Amino acid sequence: MSALLQAGEASALLDAAIRGELPDERGRFGPFGGRYVPETLVPAFERLEDGVREHLHDAAFQAEFQKELREWVGRPTALTYAPRLSESWGADVWLKREDLAHTGAHKINNAIGQAILAKRLGARRVIAETGAGQHGVASAAACARVGLPCSVYMGAVDMERQSPNVDRMRRLGAEVVAVESGDKTLRAAIDEALRTWVTDPEGIYYLLGSAVGAHPYPYLVRELQLVIGQEARQQMIDLAGGLPDVAFACVGGGSNAIGLFYPLLGDDIELIGVEAGGTGSGLGQNAATLATGTPGVLQGSYTIILQDDDGQVQETHSISAGLDYSGVGPEHALLQATGRVHYISASDDEALEALEELCASEGILTALETSHAFAAAKKYAGEHPGRRILIGNSGRGDKDMPTLTRYPARTRSHAGA
Amino acid sequence: MQAHERITAAIDAATQSGRPALVPFITAGYPKPDDFIRTLKAIAAVGDVVELGIPFSDPMADGMTIQRSSFEALQQGVSLKWIFEQLDSASGEIDAPLVMMSYLNPLLAFGYDKLADRALAAGVCGFIVPDLPLEESADLRAALEVNGLGLVQLVTPATPERRLQTLCEASRGFVYAVTITGITGGAAGLPADLADYLDKVARLSSLPVCAGFGIRAREDVAAVGRHAAGAVVGSALVEVLERGDDPQPYLRSLLGQ
Repeated sequence: MSALLQAGEASALLDAAIRGELPDERGRFGPFGGRYVPETLVPAFERLEDGVREHLHDAAFQAEFQKELREWVGRPTALTYAPRLSESWGADVWLKREDLAHTGAHKINNAIGQAILAKRLGARRVIAETGAGQHGVASAAACARVGLPCSVYMGAVDMERQSPNVDRMRRLGAEVVAVESGDKTLRAAIDEALRTWVTDPEGIYYLLGSAVGAHPYPYLVRELQLVIGQEARQQMIDLAGGLPDVAFACVGGGSNAIGLFYPLLGDDIELIGVEAGGTGSGLGQNAATLATGTPGVLQGSYTIILQDDDGQVQETHSISAGLDYSGVGPEHALLQATGRVHYISASDDEALEALEELCASEGILTALETSHAFAAAKKYAGEHPGRRILIGNSGRGDKDMPTLTRYPARTRSHAGA
Repeated sequence: MQAHERITAAIDAATQSGRPALVPFITAGYPKPDDFIRTLKAIAAVGDVVELGIPFSDPMADGMTIQRSSFEALQQGVSLKWIFEQLDSASGEIDAPLVMMSYLNPLLAFGYDKLADRALAAGVCGFIVPDLPLEESADLRAALEVNGLGLVQLVTPATPERRLQTLCEASRGFVYAVTITGITGGAAGLPADLADYLDKVARLSSLPVCAGFGIRAREDVAAVGRHAAGAVVGSALVEVLERGDDPQPYLRSLLGQ
């Protein structure tokens, strides 16, 4: 992957990232990012970019956003020490508890931020896509909170495996639109949301849920999610006695991972992103985009994608709907190319095992997405004894019950031991 | 004459004969890959310029018809490489200039320099890339220009006037005026203020303007033809081919022939 950058270029770009200079004015993170969108949407993206520039760091916007994070989302979320995991793994394990945020995942940070922005930009209605349903629920809740109608596009496959979230979205007042085209998962849902946006680029605000897509979304989503890493960094100093040696986060599009990692980039902390290894290493068996993908343009951004030799985007497989995506945020592509963040994968089975272990040993039912980060952290702990490990516990697993009921709990006896 | 000038000349020739230019669109290799060249010849015999759709896995600017045709063609193994091989086999037998419509990623994967060479050899005169705004197009444009191939710019009713001017100046072959704020295959009909919009584009462009999206019937072509040099017919033609009907009578009917 380092071949994507010239020798001196990698360190210069990493320094620029740490100094907060990326993306550049063209929406680029080094070679990655940019804005590849239909002409009909170009003025809408320019308006959004202007709106982000005007409002995002404006005192009045920030006051409202921070107040909502504190009083409605429930921030700061806890940092939790995991004594039994620590003992079992031979490490010092700390969890950043985004599962305790309102609606049950980190997605709400971005959703309420963008909903406030949509209101300020005069949008008539909001559309959103969702994979696992967490961003859909967060968007539905945030739109209810600010008083905007919301339609959520969701792949038909995902609607089935995350059915509790479909009902939650509807109860929160959102319209849920089943997407039957393409792969019927997250990628098709984004395509369909873009097609809808094209019909009314002035009236619709597209509340994109991950750090993917055309500029300014990867930047906007990062800025709204970096509260995770800012809080975690301070909490580690206050509660754990110092910064972690290593931090883990799961990566689908990569919004929780960029939120956790970005404020840690300048520290001497090993950063590891964990993608979905699915059932194997073959094309279509996993969603390990950074581990096995190649550069290309998908849904508005030049990034690393899973594609065949003809540039056709490949379908993915993961037990977790939230990681089941053929692309990844362009900033992650850069962080991999510079060597600052390592991206590895955990399989479906490893994620399931990790989920059960965390349930049994710490009383936390984590999301299947998040379980991938735990699986990788456990493996790491085995190879590097005695390290202080921070894990981004990005969401809770209640939504995964329809999937989990298909797998018998294997660690019941272990829990009683 | 450079390749992109052949596109302009073909549209101008229709204008001089007192009718709108017809630009039929097909998804290459759909519905049956075996019929591709036969279908292409049939529509090129009526159309002035032919727009050839390269199937893509994520056609985000397209409606159900083109999504379906694109998906089916991919399922049957259609690729850019295969399309060039087929076009080579029909070399010299198709008079109408060809314009390829492709999302960017298949072109990126093929490689821009190789693309420009293969396209020129296969009789392709230009490209339409619906997810490549002008700001991101410098590399592809440069590679195409080496061989005189054109990058056709799209403009839409949502395009502000200053940008409209920039896009018209940057375009090669013709200017593609999207008639609606929406995706291809719309059944809602053409908008009421279409005439003003097309007149404005025509005023700003030194190249002929062809209108597309939502054009299905003779009345649509006539309505567009009063304010633009030509009409692009896509989803409606793909549906004709899907039904197994002969495309020529349909295309002629659009011109009132």
